[in-house]
Amino acid sequence: MYRIRFHGRGGQGMKTASRILGTAFFLEGFEVQDAQRYGAERRGAPIFAYVRASREPIKERGIIQRPDLVIVADDTLLLIDAPGVLKGMTPQSVLLLNSEEEPKMWKDRLNFSGAVFALPDVQDLKEPTEQLHIGTVCAAAGARFVGVISQKTLKQAIQDELDILGNQIVEENLEQALRVYDLMEAYAGKIKPSSEPAVADYPDPAWIEMPYEDARISAPAIHAAATSLKNPTGLWRTLRPVIDYDRCHRCSSICSTFCPENAISVNENGYPQIDYQHCKGCLLCMEQCPHHAIESSLEHTKTLESDKGDEI
Amino acid sequence: MTRRLLTGNAAAAWGARLAEVDYVPAFPITPQTEIIETIAHWMDQGEMAGRFTTLESEHSMITAAGSAAATGTRVFTATSSQGLLYGMEMLYTVAGWRAPFVLMNVSRGLSSPITLEPDHNDILAARDSGFLQIHCATCQEVLDSVLLAFRLAEDDSVRLPVIVNQDGFYLSYTREPVEIPDIEEVRKFLPAFDPENTQFRAGEPRSQGVAVLGGAFYSYFRYEMHLACLNTLSVFDSIAQDFADHFGRKYGILETYQMDDAEFCFVMAGSFATKAKNAVDLLRDAGWKIGLVRPRLIRPFPADALCRALTGIHGVAVIDQNLSMGKGGILYTELASALYSSNSNSPLLVSYIGGLGGRDITREEFFKMARETRHAVETGKVPLPRLLYTEDELRQMRKLQTIAHAPWG
Ligand code: SF4
Ligand code: SF4
Repeated sequence: MYRIRFHGRGGQGMKTASRILGTAFFLEGFEVQDAQRYGAERRGAPIFAYVRASREPIKERGIIQRPDLVIVADDTLLLIDAPGVLKGMTPQSVLLLNSEEEPKMWKDRLNFSGAVFALPDVQDLKEPTEQLHIGTVCAAAGARFVGVISQKTLKQAIQDELDILGNQIVEENLEQALRVYDLMEAYAGKIKPSSEPAVADYPDPAWIEMPYEDARISAPAIHAAATSLKNPTGLWRTLRPVIDYDRCHRCSSICSTFCPENAISVNENGYPQIDYQHCKGCLLCMEQCPHHAIESSLEHTKTLESDKGDEI
Repeated sequence: MTRRLLTGNAAAAWGARLAEVDYVPAFPITPQTEIIETIAHWMDQGEMAGRFTTLESEHSMITAAGSAAATGTRVFTATSSQGLLYGMEMLYTVAGWRAPFVLMNVSRGLSSPITLEPDHNDILAARDSGFLQIHCATCQEVLDSVLLAFRLAEDDSVRLPVIVNQDGFYLSYTREPVEIPDIEEVRKFLPAFDPENTQFRAGEPRSQGVAVLGGAFYSYFRYEMHLACLNTLSVFDSIAQDFADHFGRKYGILETYQMDDAEFCFVMAGSFATKAKNAVDLLRDAGWKIGLVRPRLIRPFPADALCRALTGIHGVAVIDQNLSMGKGGILYTELASALYSSNSNSPLLVSYIGGLGGRDITREEFFKMARETRHAVETGKVPLPRLLYTEDELRQMRKLQTIAHAPWG
């Protein structure tokens, strides 16, 4: 069976990627399962989708425990724990990244024992969330890596899945996808279907006896205010608001009032300060500032620049 | 006939479309909403005939479904979890009207705490309502079960509404290859609904769902529902055979897998049983004689079929994706009662609770359940019911509690 997982951000088309690859496998005569993992997702939030394909009926369900191939559409996801990009990967697994950095850098940095490859330069745009066809490109790369999906089938699958978006979008996607498919010819068949380990090779699950705990502890309640501060929703951001303090008139209320996340505080000198741990990048503050003192910049570049092992 | 990739939700919508339903009362809820969106889209595009109405709640939706079915139209509707519970009063009521229609439930764990992913406490909360229950394990089965359900619901000897259940996420949002039968073939299998004496229309005054004061009258009506529900067990096979003759897929009241020479087996309902099949394959590779029994019908409860299927089995791991507070696994309880009243040499049962709120059940857990069940047979010591829960999961729970400032100690 082939087990492939796509990681990206809401809006990058990871569900579409899994559907294109799923349809392509299906058209090649495979049994298929594809699904997106839904949660409280939104644009920019880490999401993943997956595909299983086999010549035999598939007797698995739900998330993939041990992926053969993981395709990552935004490399900043590798810097944070929450998306679980490396979850279940083995030395036989392959990691394929949409990244400007060298695969070797990621391999060392992640201390990952399997092979790491990079997608060829997709577009001139460096910001993954601005790459309009990245989902389709990831699907095309996946199709190439498994080596059992012809160019004709890939084309058909893209047409089938994107049909409702209209001709022009289909054509643009086809162009990008087929270019990447051709560029990656050397990788054809790098991913082989893997078989399951035998019963004896699985560790015993560490079951516990569920202890009784009284309702003060075991009722689903939160016993304090503002615990959502511990959830760094800043990692959902694809665009970053930046305040130009030379232009800020310290009106001291407009941007901070409009921020739906309460992520702007005003310091004692009357200057607004953005809490990037929690700012989701909606840019309402930018819209509202009467003095145009807030600008947006691309988060991806900022994250990789500022990241020296720190959290974003 | 075409074979294509469909989610469980799309398969449900296709079932309704092929059944050529007249009326779809609807109310959205995750993870079911895609079903009614798909049907609404088809009706809007003129690809599907019939009437689509959005109601203001599931309570009204089920009332509308039952009322429409009472007029002799074919009705399909869908809900999930809290929605099913919100409509619970009317579930009992419309079943009592003996109004036959099909309700798709997309399983989702119940509040509190609120969640999105599946377990069977929602559907099993409706188990005493008079609705029949069909539990699906694949997207194909979802489509096929809708067609089977209309035949069962409309059968003269049954005349009760049916809930078809599919698991949220694991089926609802998962695409698999599904054969979509040709409409001509479906029409042969499922002709237009002939309501005969349940027809209820303007200009022909009748009363339905009347009040009866006096327990003896009441008992009569309620027990008749019970008998009608039980009748399903005798008509199921011939309807399923008819289905197989038309579409080539044979459904039993139970699905049995690798049971011929089995000494041990898993018993469980729903789509997680797919995982159990994989575990059975791997255990057989390792020399085990083990199989799987999956009841498709939960109401009526297929007691005889289960007793027959488990004859000669030494030990059974019963995996309940539900939890009856203060009792335990519902499937385990019902299976035990079925075996207790049978004459056969009953197998030993070990009870597991797993998959609550969509919690995964891993291969190694299936293996361990098999080992524990064998050990129980060898020693005669049956372990206490167990929740599938690991050390690491409790550690994660502790982290959450720390964030939530749980008052330790
Ligand atoms: S709204 Fe603009 S001017 Fe006012 S405090 Fe915010 S950044 Fe400064
Ligand atoms: S971008 Fe949105 S979330 Fe971030 S600081 Fe501005 S208003 Fe708040």
